[in-house]
Amino acid sequence: MSKHVVVPSLALVAVLVCSPAVHAQGPLPGAVYDKDRKGEKPGPAPRRELAGVWEPATPAGGIQGKGALAMESCRRDKATGRYVVQQNPPQTDTGYATDDCLKPEVEPPYTAVGLERLKAHKPVEGYRMVPDAVNNDPILGCDPGGFPRIVLHNFRTSEILQTPTHLVMLYKFQKRYRTIWTDGRDLPKNPQQPAWTTADRLPPEPRWWGYSVGRWVDDYTFVARTNGFQDDRTWLDNAGLPQSDTTEVEETYHRVDANHLELSIKITDAQLYTRPWVALDRLSLRLQSPNLDIQEMECSPSDQKHYYENFGSLTGLDAAPGK
Amino acid sequence: MRHRLLRTLGVALGLSIASVPLLAHHGAAQFDLGKKVTAKGTVTEWFWANPHCFLRFDAAGDDGQIVHWAVETQSGPNILPQGFTKQTFKVGDEVTVTLEPVKNGRPLGRLLRVVLGDGSSLPLATGNPQN
Repeated sequence: MSKHVVVPSLALVAVLVCSPAVHAQGPLPGAVYDKDRKGEKPGPAPRRELAGVWEPATPAGGIQGKGALAMESCRRDKATGRYVVQQNPPQTDTGYATDDCLKPEVEPPYTAVGLERLKAHKPVEGYRMVPDAVNNDPILGCDPGGFPRIVLHNFRTSEILQTPTHLVMLYKFQKRYRTIWTDGRDLPKNPQQPAWTTADRLPPEPRWWGYSVGRWVDDYTFVARTNGFQDDRTWLDNAGLPQSDTTEVEETYHRVDANHLELSIKITDAQLYTRPWVALDRLSLRLQSPNLDIQEMECSPSDQKHYYENFGSLTGLDAAPGK
Repeated sequence: MRHRLLRTLGVALGLSIASVPLLAHHGAAQFDLGKKVTAKGTVTEWFWANPHCFLRFDAAGDDGQIVHWAVETQSGPNILPQGFTKQTFKVGDEVTVTLEPVKNGRPLGRLLRVVLGDGSSLPLATGNPQN
């Protein structure tokens, strides 16, 4: 090989080796992804069946660090699957010029109240991101992320348990679960001011995870609706999009074949958004072995306190340099 | 040759930019992107947690004074496939750390690569060993 080729090649390797790989999200050990089964011909979709352990069909495909996938502040490059980073960004309304993507035109259609709520949020990701030291993201104090953030921010390995009366969703991130009732009950008419009677199967109350009911609209498509959320302490995603006690979520699961399930999320909240909008558009999930052990990603308040004391709270741009 | 070298370095730079990580917790607002610092020192703490682990180590600064560094990584489950475990470092270990520092000048950053006392380095360059 000539020196002309060797020198540039070494430069290329050196640059790539020095990339910050420690922070990248890789495939889950033991999981199978579509790339591992190229050319496969999955069997037909089973009728009215969602049970199983599910993992995004591409490694880290459900981790939407910069915002809900279908309405993210910056789009992933189709060829590489990576976010497009803006190298000379302007200052955002948070006061920081972030070396990040900046495409607010793909944001959802906020109402005046919605925009006000958005601007009150100081996320650590997305084009409005701020340093750890000045963020106000509720989950970083270990508040529950709630629904739909569990899906729109950090959808990792999850298990669906299916019974004749309900589905149970077991999520890896923050080690949480929620129930979707399929026994024919309806959503609470007014979950914030309920008139509880003995006929109610659940005493309605505002919840971090809301109330969820679902039904099969055909043999391969299951639609769940959720309302009755807590308040503004849950955000829709990691970029700080607002959610409220009037938010309603439609969740669609489409069983494509024996190995795949597609998940979509639609948001409706007339208080915050001028029209319903799709936050997740057919995220492809792949069925895993029932023996796949789901890792623990618990949020520990004492761990978070230690992290902020020794790192996070020292990262503000106004902090005085010190040793 | 000069043009070819420049072109290749341009490609390398582009690939490097495209390799900017996807973070589960926070973005790059606090980091001085592209800047690299290498420091050799002694481990004082290896904190294994979610959403971030961090390594603290003491290293001599340019003026000979001890600098107390803290460098973070992703959460434990995310860096296990890259060769890190809760037992990777113990207090007193000698390490050489390449890091991307924060913008505010404090001795903080995110860990890019670490060379251990036995000469091995992390993260591993391998993918998922199960696939």
